[in-house]
Amino acid sequence: MDRVTVAATPDSGSETAPTLPAHDKANIVEVDNLKVHFPIRAGIFKTVKGSVKAVDGVTIQVHRGETLGLVGESGCGKSTIGRAMIRLRDATSGTVRFDGVDLFSLNTEELRKYRRRMQIIFQDPYGSLDPRMTVSAIISEPIETHHLAEGSAKDDRVAELLQLVGLDPKYVKRYPHEFSGGQRQRIGVARALAVEPEFIVCDEPISALDVSIQAQVLNLLTDLRARLGLTYLFVAHDLSVVKHISDRVAVMYLGKIVEIGPPAVLYSAPGHPYTRALLSAVPVPDPVAERKRRRVILKGDVPSPVNPPPGCRFHTRCWLYERLGQPEDCRTIEPPLAVVATTADHHASCHYSDEALKTDVGIAHIGAPLVRRGTPASALASLDQDPATPQAPLASPAFADMPETTGESHASDSFGVEAPGSTHTPTDIQSPF
Amino acid sequence: MVSAEEGVSAADAPTIVELSSDDVLRARSEAVAQAGLGRKADHLLEVRNLSTHFFTPDGVVQAVDDVSFDVGYGETLGLVGESGCGKSVSALSIARLVPDPPGRIVSGSILFDGIDLLKLSPEDMRKLRGKEIGFIFQDPLTSLNPTLTIGYQIGEAIREHMGLSTKAARDRIVELLAKVGIPRPADRLNDYPFQFSGGMRQRVMIAIALSCDPKLILADEPTTALDVTIQAQILELIQRLSSEFGTAVLLITHDLGIAAGMCDRVNVMYAGRIVETGSVDTLFERPRMPYAWGLLDSLPRIDDVRGEKLRTIEGLPPLLISPPKACRFGPRCPYIRDVCREGEPELTARGSDGHMARCFATESDGWIA
Repeated sequence: MDRVTVAATPDSGSETAPTLPAHDKANIVEVDNLKVHFPIRAGIFKTVKGSVKAVDGVTIQVHRGETLGLVGESGCGKSTIGRAMIRLRDATSGTVRFDGVDLFSLNTEELRKYRRRMQIIFQDPYGSLDPRMTVSAIISEPIETHHLAEGSAKDDRVAELLQLVGLDPKYVKRYPHEFSGGQRQRIGVARALAVEPEFIVCDEPISALDVSIQAQVLNLLTDLRARLGLTYLFVAHDLSVVKHISDRVAVMYLGKIVEIGPPAVLYSAPGHPYTRALLSAVPVPDPVAERKRRRVILKGDVPSPVNPPPGCRFHTRCWLYERLGQPEDCRTIEPPLAVVATTADHHASCHYSDEALKTDVGIAHIGAPLVRRGTPASALASLDQDPATPQAPLASPAFADMPETTGESHASDSFGVEAPGSTHTPTDIQSPF
Repeated sequence: MVSAEEGVSAADAPTIVELSSDDVLRARSEAVAQAGLGRKADHLLEVRNLSTHFFTPDGVVQAVDDVSFDVGYGETLGLVGESGCGKSVSALSIARLVPDPPGRIVSGSILFDGIDLLKLSPEDMRKLRGKEIGFIFQDPLTSLNPTLTIGYQIGEAIREHMGLSTKAARDRIVELLAKVGIPRPADRLNDYPFQFSGGMRQRVMIAIALSCDPKLILADEPTTALDVTIQAQILELIQRLSSEFGTAVLLITHDLGIAAGMCDRVNVMYAGRIVETGSVDTLFERPRMPYAWGLLDSLPRIDDVRGEKLRTIEGLPPLLISPPKACRFGPRCPYIRDVCREGEPELTARGSDGHMARCFATESDGWIA
């Protein structure tokens, strides 16, 4: 990252920043001082009474080929940034450049060419698929819109995409309600991939799914990125998921990025007290570690983004501010995103990040390294030793006596959720390991 | 988007709470000892062979099938599992709130402090609900009535069950709101649910649950709809208040991290059955059921080393319409053998401290040590 500071000065009034940094080929998306404000209208004349400052001055770059994780609580503006990056939202001010081209300067026709290169996967696998369209129609639509294939070539492409996301192509004529949540999310991924995009905004893609299904979709997204050379913006509220999938993680609070860095440093030595509070709030599935942790419980709720607090936006809830005796600059001066004394690519917007680094607040494991308590070694060994043990016959489960064509989503048990790329026959199910 | 009220409440409470786990543990063990003093049975809640079925046009869904467990006085028991595993229906059965039709408790008994809830008349059950058993549900916006004030809704159970005067009831409501951390409680009595944020609404729910000093709280995914920092506040509140009052909690969650931090003992449910049960330490230290292994493996963790692929549980949970006599996790289990397809394993002991699992592979003569 070349530019490390977010302009902390108030809006100069000019719509485009005069000092736009030069386009760096290594960046696929460059966001500069982006503001997205939503007007609040009230009264019978619907006059504008103020605005919700969803995104309030964000500068960030997405490097080509990386997964950038964007975390924060509801209403912090993370989804709005994701949408503005692919121009599903217009900006109040600031620029978004995709491959060096300012998206907000394009007209509809020009924008359409760029739309093919950027796609989005939505959170809700129920609401984001049209219930009246078959799987085939859902995935074909973007192919038709962009005139990428016709006739049998199009059908082949749909089949190929389904296979890519681990679904059986023979179900192209089915409707979304016949699939489970995880399978619907796979259809959403296939639809996004249909136009061969370079950049995908994943907007909370797994938060609506059950734990065991979440891991399946996460692994699918990771595989696809490696195979197709994709770049992701991964928007989520779950810090563990973001840590797992991301090359860099950005933390948002009230419309601003408060910390950004590689997960290895950001999770072990957070430079912003908010990041530490967030981390300390994430439960760890380990009762011993849970009892040992030092937890900060933030009082109150996130302030209204209509009137964000002056100075540092977090100071009204900040434990470090209290601990340091309420220093004045926290209330008066908005801290810029500055390098933290850990690594050069780690930035936080806190006047006292050095003080934050001295505490152990928010660190999940103090001292002891993680021991992953899941499948014991003896069980894994039994799998290796015993090749005669038949694998779970997923395609013909014990409950396969269900008629295949019922409208029940569970009828899709027999679809076989398998690793992408394996040739699909009912008995050829990859080992989960 | 966000009401001005939230800005006010945030400004009112700028400080932090730091938990010292030792204090919490000590307070807990004292409260648990206290809670057992006037006991009428070995356990506050004894659920035996409970089966709750739903009679649908497609067939009988065996949502909860032959489930037995205990909740000790003052104890926090976790029920964990994925959607549709029967954990919520178990709680609804205890409260006798299973929607009928299509649902019905078909067999079993539920002893609450020595009383069989399934034998009570609807009228007697209504006297118990909200008084002896409190409820915290997942979504505070839909479980609070949007047309009634917060004060009225908290006071409802107090007026119904405690017979306090209007003045005394009002004092009690204010005291409860203060206890759950609502700033300026006296001024908020006449506010409506929409004027509260999600976290504040959940605090109101907790105030209602605690309003008549219940012996048991059924908390069904109490923080699933909340942000992580608000979740931490609510969990801390439930933990602190249940310790303070010696209230037992049946905590239903899909989040293993929450179970690890909150519970004394944990039941893992899968496809309508309890598949593993034990003390929280034993269960997380040495789980003895491939489903629990899979759940723990498939969870990304903040304390994890990045890079390795998550091990997943392939496939989907089974339909609960006429499940065969076989291990219900079998179709998704990588360790399956013929014996798992021919009969269903019983919940049998693993070790001596009450740890039990339903799995042929990890029994003493099984194929996984």
